[in-house]
Amino acid sequence: MLRRIAVVGASLAGWHAATTLRREGFDGELTVIGAEAEPPYDRPPLSKAFLATGDESKVVLAGVADRETLGITWRLGRRATALRLADRTVDLDDGSEVAFDGLVLAGGADVRTLPSLPVGDGVHALRTLADARALRADLDRRPGPVLVVGAGFIGAEVAATCRQSGRDVVLVEAAAVPLERAVGAEIGAVCAALHREHGVDLRLGTAVVGRDGPGAVTLDDGTTVDAAVVVVGVGVSPATGWLEGSGLAIADGVVCDGTGLAAPGVVAAGDIARWPNALFFGDSMRVEHWDNAIDMGAFVARRLLAGEDWDPAEVFAPVPWFWSDQYDRKLQMAGRATGADQMHIAGGTLEERRFVAMYGRAGRLVAAFGMNRPRHIVQSRGLIARGCPWDEARELAATWI
Amino acid sequence: MGWRVVVDMDLCESNAVCMAVLPEVFEVRDDDLLYVLDETPPDSMRAKAEEAVARCPKQAIAIVEA
Repeated sequence: MLRRIAVVGASLAGWHAATTLRREGFDGELTVIGAEAEPPYDRPPLSKAFLATGDESKVVLAGVADRETLGITWRLGRRATALRLADRTVDLDDGSEVAFDGLVLAGGADVRTLPSLPVGDGVHALRTLADARALRADLDRRPGPVLVVGAGFIGAEVAATCRQSGRDVVLVEAAAVPLERAVGAEIGAVCAALHREHGVDLRLGTAVVGRDGPGAVTLDDGTTVDAAVVVVGVGVSPATGWLEGSGLAIADGVVCDGTGLAAPGVVAAGDIARWPNALFFGDSMRVEHWDNAIDMGAFVARRLLAGEDWDPAEVFAPVPWFWSDQYDRKLQMAGRATGADQMHIAGGTLEERRFVAMYGRAGRLVAAFGMNRPRHIVQSRGLIARGCPWDEARELAATWI
Repeated sequence: MGWRVVVDMDLCESNAVCMAVLPEVFEVRDDDLLYVLDETPPDSMRAKAEEAVARCPKQAIAIVEA
């Protein structure tokens, strides 16, 4: 019987873990520790609606206004510095400690930066609301071209948002096409074309060398980009530094079993968690999507409460899903294309920028990437969840016109 | 006490998550627009409707007590 639960991480996964604990009847002490000063908020608008408008109502999460009614002790603006597993204690950066008998690790990920482009003086990273406020303020203050480094989803969304507000945008990507690992070279090329069609100066296979004072960023092809504002979007790393030496297994995330359990009485959820997903051949996964933070946060809360009574057959085996809004296109992906040995285009054509790219692996549908095809991505998600054979999926998709 | 499902169409971006959760109520059609098939679903669908509210990436869905 758990009496004290600590949740490290006050973003989407931590919020859903905490509210699920209460909903499931946990009435003991509940402490939520968050490195940011803000109560839980919604991150996806930071590169889209909030960046475009500065309207902070865009990042408000439903239900968070009632956070003080849940009997939660909020430790916001506090960073966890060490986990002492044997003592069942988390140390915080103000010298205090939080004792627990159940622990949820939901501390997310830290934004990566580039040594060649230190943040500051017009150079930004984008992960937190504070980052987004600073970027917006700088965009207002410094007219002129925007350089975005990294054409992953955040970089692509920032580029699209800036183009739509009339800025000149240079988008630099080190790989030969954007998103190659997620969607493959052919679909990555479509994403590249989408940027160019909207007037982005996209430089592929190009890296940043350094910066000669404000406004001049040197690339490895020898050219210089004159940029008023620079945004570095080169991904994130799971925030596990404070867990080194704790006894937990750390390998690009907190290593969990198929139920999200990292150690007895310790679970992990969201960007920080790595677990084998039974639906994808048991592949070890770490998923940085919004939807996964909600799903896994709620799942591991139930897992933690059940303790020894949990049915080990009940594993966390979702179909990962995300969306990205770029220009007038809605990009969505269900599943994982990793290891795919087949690909098929349905429900439109690449040229129309309206299609579903289906990915097969070992005779099964394992992923679907859609451009402006939300209905069929939902359907694909259902097919992937039930392990739909590849041939059957292709036949079904033949009706997607 | 009755309840209704209300979608703010200005916020809705047709991500179709609601359709995955509760297809009896939410349908995104081939025109990429969301249609609410039943604004007053039976109480047996209440939990699913609440899940759709929580899962909407745009927080465009609300349950209103009538």
